[in-house]
Amino acid sequence: MSVVRIPPVLRQATGGRREIEVPGATVNEVLDALYELHPQVRAQLQTPEGELHRFVNVYLNEEDVRLLSWLDTEVGEGDTLLILPAMAGGAPGAPPRPRPRSGAAGARRGAP
Amino acid sequence: MARSYQDLLANAREQVPEVQVADLAGRRDAGAAPLVIDVREQAEWDEGHIPGSIHIPRSFLESRIAGVARPDQEVVLSCASGNRSLLAGTTLREMGFENVSSLAGGFARWKQSGQPFDVPQTLTPEQRSRYSRHVLIPEVGEQGQLTLLGSKALLIGAGGLGSPAAYYLAAAGVGTIGLVDDDVVDASNLQRQIIHTTDRVGMHKGESARIAIEALNPDVTVNVHPFRVDKDNVLDLISQYDVIVDGADNFPTRYLLNDAALMTRTPLVHASILRFEGHASVFLPYEGPCYRCLFPEPPPPDMAPSCGEAGVLGVLCGVMGNIQANEAIKVMLGIGDTLAGRLLIYDALAMTFTELKVRRDPDCPACGEHAQLEFRDYDAWCAGVGRHPVATASA
Repeated sequence: MSVVRIPPVLRQATGGRREIEVPGATVNEVLDALYELHPQVRAQLQTPEGELHRFVNVYLNEEDVRLLSWLDTEVGEGDTLLILPAMAGGAPGAPPRPRPRSGAAGARRGAP
Repeated sequence: MARSYQDLLANAREQVPEVQVADLAGRRDAGAAPLVIDVREQAEWDEGHIPGSIHIPRSFLESRIAGVARPDQEVVLSCASGNRSLLAGTTLREMGFENVSSLAGGFARWKQSGQPFDVPQTLTPEQRSRYSRHVLIPEVGEQGQLTLLGSKALLIGAGGLGSPAAYYLAAAGVGTIGLVDDDVVDASNLQRQIIHTTDRVGMHKGESARIAIEALNPDVTVNVHPFRVDKDNVLDLISQYDVIVDGADNFPTRYLLNDAALMTRTPLVHASILRFEGHASVFLPYEGPCYRCLFPEPPPPDMAPSCGEAGVLGVLCGVMGNIQANEAIKVMLGIGDTLAGRLLIYDALAMTFTELKVRRDPDCPACGEHAQLEFRDYDAWCAGVGRHPVATASA
C-alpha cells in the first residue's frame, strides 16, 4: 500500500480526506485505485483520453514523476504519491480588478 | 633621564625612514604598492582613509600585526599627521620588521594633495542599537546590515502574505520597500492582514501599510504603487528593485511576474496559500527553475479557488509570509541556501513541512534553452483561452 496526499482543492472529491492509502505497483495503478474509491477525482486529474492534465504535478516522495518513468513509475510499499496543482492564493482573495469603495477611500487613493 | 615627546619623535625619525605622499602615490599608480597600515583610532578611520589600507589602531599594533604582515614585508605606516606612525614604526622595528617607513604628513597631507580616499559606510549609533541583534550574527554583521539598508524589495500585494513580509523586512532594515496593491482595507482582511488596523478600514492598502512601516522603522523608505501590475508597467516597476516577493492572489499576475522576473533577471520569492496549506519557493532567473518549470500551465478556474472563495487560516499567512521575508533577506545578503530548486509545502492542520525537488525544465516555455519569452494575454490564458485543448478538456 502507498499513501496518496490529496491537495486542498481536491478534498471535496475525496470526502475531505487528505491522505488515502491505496494499493498499486505503478503510478497509474495507484491513481486507478484512487479513482475507484473517489470517482470524482478522475476528471480533475485526467483528460477523457486518460492523460494527466499539464497543470497537475504528481510527485513520488520528493521527485516529479515526469522525471522518472511518468505514469509507469514503480511505486513501492510505504511510498507517498503527492498530487500538486498550483495554488493561486495570496493577498486579498479579492477579484483581480480594483473594487470601488467609499468616497473617503477614493479621496485617500488620490492623496500623495 | 626623562625624555620628552620631541625626544621620542627625533629618535623615531632616526630609526624609521619617511616616505612622501607623492612617492607613495606614484608607486601605487605604477602597481607596486607597499602594504599601508593605518594606525589611527576607529573614529578617524571612519572619516576617511587611503584606499586599500589596513586599519590597526596603534594600541593593537603589537597584537594584530602578525595576522596582517610578515617581518620581511615592506610596510608603510600612516596616521593623521605622521607622528604616531613614526612611533609605531619603532615598535615594528623592535618586532623585527626591517622595511618599515612612515607616511610624512599622514592622511591629512594625503587628502590635501588630492589623492583618492575611501569613506566607509557605517551604521549610525542609533542603527547600531536598533540592529544590534543582526550585527551580532556573523553571516549578517555590520556590512550585511548596511547591505540590507541599501537593498530594495518589491512586495506584490499588501495582504495576507505581504503584511507579515513587509513588517519583518521593515523591522530588518531593508532600506526600500515597494508595495503594489490596488485594493483598500476591508474588515474581512483583518483576520490575517496584520499590517492594517480597524481604524484604517477603507484606506488604500499601500497607504495603510506605509503608516505601519514608518511607525516601526524610520530607516525604511516606502514606495506605494497603487495599481495592479500588468505587462505595460511591470518591467519599469521591478527594474527598480533587487528582489520581488510574490504575494499575489491570482494566476495571471503570478505568470506575468515570473516572465518579467526572467526578463529583468530579478529573484522572485514565491508563496501561495489556501485554507491550511502553503507553498513557498525561490525562483532565481536562469540559475534555478522558474515558476513555469514547476507549473507549466495554470489550472482551470474551477480547480483554482481563491482564498476569498475557499478561505484561509490567518496564521498560515504569517508563517508563509515570514518564510518569504526570510528567503528575501538571504537573497539580498547572498547567504545560506534558499528554496531555489525546492518547493516547500506547509500543512498547518497536520503540522508537516514537505519538500519537493523542482528542477529546471530544459524545454520550459519561459526559461528553457529555446524559449522565446514574450508577454502574453495572461488573463485570457489563465481562463483557458487559446490553451492546448487537452489542458481544458475537463472544464
